This record gives sequence, C-alpha cells and structure tokens, in this order.
Amino acid sequence: MGRRVGLEVSLACAEVVGLCNADVVAAYPITPQTHIVEHLSEMVADGHLDAEFVPVESEHSAMSCCVGSSAAGARTFTSTSSQGLALMHEILFIAASLRLPIVMAVANRSLSGPISIWNDHSDIMAERDIGWIQTFAENGQEVVDLTIHAFKVAEDSRVCLPVAVNLDGFILTHVIEPIELPDKEEVDAYLPAFEPSQSLDTANPISMGIVGMPEIYTEAKKANAVALEDSYEVIKEHWAGMAEKFGRTYKPIETYRTDDADTVFVTMGSLGETTMSAVDQMREDGINVGQVRIRLWRPFPVEDFMEAIAGAKTLIVIDRALSPGLPAGPVATELRGLLYAKGASPYVANFVCGLGGRDVTRAQFIEMYQTAQKAAASGEEMTCQMVGVKE
Amino acid sequence: MIEVRFHGRGGQGAVTSAELMALAAIEEGKFAQAFPSFGPERRGAPVQAFLRISEEPIRLREKIYEPDVVLVLDPSLLATGGVKNGLKPGGTLVANSSKDVTEVRGECGFNGRTAVVDASKIAEEELGVPITNTTMLGALLKAAGLIDLASIKAPLDHRFGKIAEKNWNALNRAYSETVIEE
Repeated sequence: MGRRVGLEVSLACAEVVGLCNADVVAAYPITPQTHIVEHLSEMVADGHLDAEFVPVESEHSAMSCCVGSSAAGARTFTSTSSQGLALMHEILFIAASLRLPIVMAVANRSLSGPISIWNDHSDIMAERDIGWIQTFAENGQEVVDLTIHAFKVAEDSRVCLPVAVNLDGFILTHVIEPIELPDKEEVDAYLPAFEPSQSLDTANPISMGIVGMPEIYTEAKKANAVALEDSYEVIKEHWAGMAEKFGRTYKPIETYRTDDADTVFVTMGSLGETTMSAVDQMREDGINVGQVRIRLWRPFPVEDFMEAIAGAKTLIVIDRALSPGLPAGPVATELRGLLYAKGASPYVANFVCGLGGRDVTRAQFIEMYQTAQKAAASGEEMTCQMVGVKE
Repeated sequence: MIEVRFHGRGGQGAVTSAELMALAAIEEGKFAQAFPSFGPERRGAPVQAFLRISEEPIRLREKIYEPDVVLVLDPSLLATGGVKNGLKPGGTLVANSSKDVTEVRGECGFNGRTAVVDASKIAEEELGVPITNTTMLGALLKAAGLIDLASIKAPLDHRFGKIAEKNWNALNRAYSETVIEE
C-alpha cells in the first residue's frame, strides 16, 4: 500500500522515476537543473537504479539524446527548467513528431532577463505548441502520481507521445512534505515494461525523422495533432486505472466549491492550494466563490472546462507568464477564445502574478476578487493586471 | 497549524533545521512543510527558512508572514531588526545568545514569550564548530514542543551519520539549558 514519507518533492520525483524502471536518463547536470536529476545520478551511481545516466553538455543535447534512446526502445526520462527548456526548444517538436514516449519533468521557472532562477510559468508557456501532452502538478503527491501516469500514457500504443509533467520550481521542487510513495510491485503492476511498436534496430533497419515534402508535411502535422487530441480518452482511462490501483483520483479539470459559485478562480500548478485556502476564507465571509484547476493543459479538456465553469458569472484567470503586446496572459487568451467559440460569456478578469519567484498570498487573491467584482459591475472590459507591482 | 520562521546566516544550517523538524513531524503522522527562502546560496548572508506543522493537510504555498514561533540561530541577527516582524503577540521567540532574556528582548524589541540558550557555546563544546542548527532544535523543542523530543533522533541519525550522536548531545544539552520567560 505504499509508504508515507517526508521527502523533498524533487527527490520524490527521482525516486518514482526509479520505481518506473527508467532505462535512460539524459540531462544537463548544472544550472538550471534540479535535484531531480542530481538524485537520479546518485541512484544510478549507487546501483539503486539500473539505468544509463548520460550527463550531456547542454539541454539541446539532453533532448537529442532522449530522442535517440527513446527511438531505440528505451524508457527515457529527463528534467529541466527555464533556459534549459528554452534551449531544448527545437528538439521538443521533433520528439513529438517522431511519436517518442519521452517523459520530462519541467520545474517551471522564469526566463532571463533579468537573470532569474525563480518560479513562474514563462518557460512552459513558450512551449505550448510543441505537441507534447502537458500536465500540471499541484503538490508533491501529484508529481509522483503524474510521473507514473506520464509513462503509462506516453507508451500506450494508442498514444505514443512525449509527456511533460510540470511542477513549480522551488515552490514544489524544494519543499519537504509528506508523500505516499507506492511500492515497486504496485508500480510494476500498473506500468508494464515498455514495448515500442517500432524502434531503431540494426537487424531490422527503419528510418525515422525523414524529410516531409510539401506533399506530406500537412498530413503529418494533422496526424500528430489528431494523436494529441485522441490521447485525451487514454489519459482519462489511465487516471481511472490509477484511482483503482493507488486510490487517488485525478481529473483533467478539478473543481473546488464551484457548485453555487458566482465567481470562479482559474489556476494551474501549485498556486491552486493557496487559492483553495483563500476561497475557504472568502466563503466564511459569505462570498460565493470557487476554484477551477487546470491539471491537463494539452490536450486541453474543452468540455470538462466548460462544464466546470458553467454556473459562473465571473472568471478570475490567473496567469504566471506574460504575453507582452497583448492585453492578456497566455492562459486567459486561450480561455477567452474557447468561451467565444462556445458562445459562453462570463466576465473574464485576468491577473498576472507570481513572476520570477514573487510570493502570491491569500490576501492577494481576495484583492483580485474585489478588483474583478468592481470591474464586472462596471461592465467594462478589463485588461490584464499585474498583481503587486511596486510603482 | 503552527508556523515557524527560522533566521540564520548562510552555512549555519537554518534550512536543515526546518527540514529535520518537518521530517520528524511527518514521521509522527502529522502534516508538515519545510522550505527555504529560495535564492542563490551565499555564506554568511542572512537567510530564512520556513516550517509548518499541522494535524490537517496543509494547503498553503505562501511564505510565513505571521509566525507563531521565530527561531534565531545567529546572535548577531537579533539586533539587526526583522526577526520579530509579524511574530504573533502570543508567539514565542527562541534565540541563540550568550545574553539573558531581558537583554535579548532589548536587542530585538520583542517583549513576549522568549527562550534563550547559548547555542554557540554548546555547539563549540559538543561539536567543535559554531554551527548551531541542531543545537537550536533543542531550544525549539523545549520552548514550543511541536513534536516529541525523541522523534527528532531518527532524522538526525539519517542526516548526520557518524556525527549524529554529537549533534544529539548538543540538542539535548540545549533542551535542558534553555531559559524561558513568559
């Protein structure tokens, strides 16, 4: 039944990659790397994990190495963040187009400049369209469970796509908290050995990553997009399997106290917990407020989201990254587009907060609520506001 | 939920103190969270670490602004201001100082419940180095309880291996030598 341990979330992530029997871990071993890879290298060096650890010279090489090892049929993991993810950029698309089930933990951090090592979602928001399945963890337990789930989904023959598990840098990666680590037998029962439908094999040579002439490029991209869209059902199916095996339930979109809520916060990642506490506080004061958390970011669970916000008059969408030159953050921009397409018209208030490690507090959620209420009452469109800017 | 803020200087082990407490509390079946004030590590610079211990799951990811307990590992931080910031009026200050409670109160401006121990001296004598993180845990446990004294032994052993016993001795000495005034 697993064991409850106190563990730094990064180390828990590494431990669970070990429980998943990763064959290859290729990663750039210094800043902006995390303890995830540091601990994996220890596990391999100490003989606790029978895997190939490849300390490459850059993140571009890390992802290239992952592409090669996954294509050769190895269960492959890597982790990065911030500038490291940016440096992987061009290879991320290739991993998806080659349909390689690589799993990557992204410790979300800001992009320079100014130079910053702290938490926000700038890195992953610049990689929205890489064609990967993308999930966001809210706490250490979710990091553990979503990582196991990531291998299961990625390697499913109906999917064959890479998965990025996002966890907030520092706010999750550097925190010690109680985590239920499953037993090896439980993970083995849930996640059987990787059996690629095709792989690079000198006995049976095939080509991967060939040229897509204009006659075929569009069709290849369409096939890729359809594969990502179709992964939705498999993702849900394997979350259901996870609930059965491990007793913890996951949904693409989670709701908290939304039943009679007029106003709903929309959050992603670790901010969700602080938001829940703020919601509780406001509920005590008689304010009908709730929260919706986006756990599955790609493929975006459109119907789940629409259902979750169905009763809300006002949405307060929290962004952790900027889209300079547009009066809304990336998440709000997407959601507005979606709402318009669906003919839904709740008032959308959009705030950008927690950039580059700026702390976000319960009090600030209450302030955001008040600002949104005022704006909604005025009926005028609200452009994106940055929270807590020192003027 | 009890919230503790640790004040130390880079290299003194404030983060380790918070972590050991969280591990011990989790081992007791409680819920706990320990995290540093994130940033580049700079030896000697003032640093903070944070600890939450609760009987219920903790759903908060903000820093601690109104602690129930403040623990100061370095005597020189007492007079620089800041250690009492947000400390609840009914809260407890736990300080490493060779001075007495009255003088410590004068230095840091906090007049509530105060616990003082000369942890630097104990650490020098027991460990041979002026690193006070484990020693100060003795004072913290004496002044604030939070967990059973015995619960800290296992995380201490795990973290310090061969020198765990010396740390355990220092911690216990601080536990008995801490002076608390309401």
